[in-house]
Amino acid sequence: MKINSVKGVKKAEIMLYTLSTCIWCKKTKQLLNDLGVEYNYIDVDTLTAEDKEKLTVEIEKWNAAVSFPTMVINNKEAILGYQPDDIREKLKI
Amino acid sequence: MSEIPGTKIEELHEKLRKEAGNSGYYLNPDKEFTLDLVKSLLINEERFGYPACPCRLASGKREEDLDIICPCDYRDRDVTGYGACYCALYVSKQTSKGEIPVKAIPESRPGKQERLKMAQEQNKQTKETPFPSKLPLPVYRCKVCGYLCARPEPPDICPICKVTKDRFERFI
Ligand code: SF4
Repeated sequence: MKINSVKGVKKAEIMLYTLSTCIWCKKTKQLLNDLGVEYNYIDVDTLTAEDKEKLTVEIEKWNAAVSFPTMVINNKEAILGYQPDDIREKLKI
Repeated sequence: MSEIPGTKIEELHEKLRKEAGNSGYYLNPDKEFTLDLVKSLLINEERFGYPACPCRLASGKREEDLDIICPCDYRDRDVTGYGACYCALYVSKQTSKGEIPVKAIPESRPGKQERLKMAQEQNKQTKETPFPSKLPLPVYRCKVCGYLCARPEPPDICPICKVTKDRFERFI
């Protein structure tokens, strides 16, 4: 499964689940890029059916609707959807 | 995945804008934002054979994704409730005039288990209830825009929102 890593300042362990076509996912990535923080992301729509299934189960733990983006921070909490204020607050930026 | 040519994106954008205008819908006036979504619709059309919602995870099976083929079954409700659809491709009149800002809204589509349950119930109901015998014809409802018609079968294309026949349900 391809996990993409974006280099930057490490503010937290960030796992971002996204879709390659989703506009709010793009905005979230852009925001993280602009903030210059380090994060990992997976474009779930580009995976094999089997991996999609696996990840859906994982994302469901954080977000029952399995909507995108789902941003898991430090494997402890999640921000659902494009929430710039929440993201800044949780990353203390 | 091949790169989608810009002219194709512009063409579809123009078509959707015209269709929306003719039926009382509004595309998001932020053209850069909207063109990006239109491009994603074309990408999905190419990889799935139908324009699945860019902002939702499609299964790739048409029957399972029927409710999220653009325009999705949730568009009108979200445009009324939040001023924009989930992707913000379609917006309300107020939003289109810039009176309400466009922002991300919560997901209205039920989870997979719930969707399956709802579909089963709907199926059962339709099978068990024959349409009232005093009516000469059954009534079909477009699940996207609510258009109702009394005829032996739903139309091939919804005259209002242009979705296909399989997006109709029996209403009465
Ligand atoms: S109407 Fe909006 S939310 Fe629904 S499928 Fe189209 S772009 Fe997505």
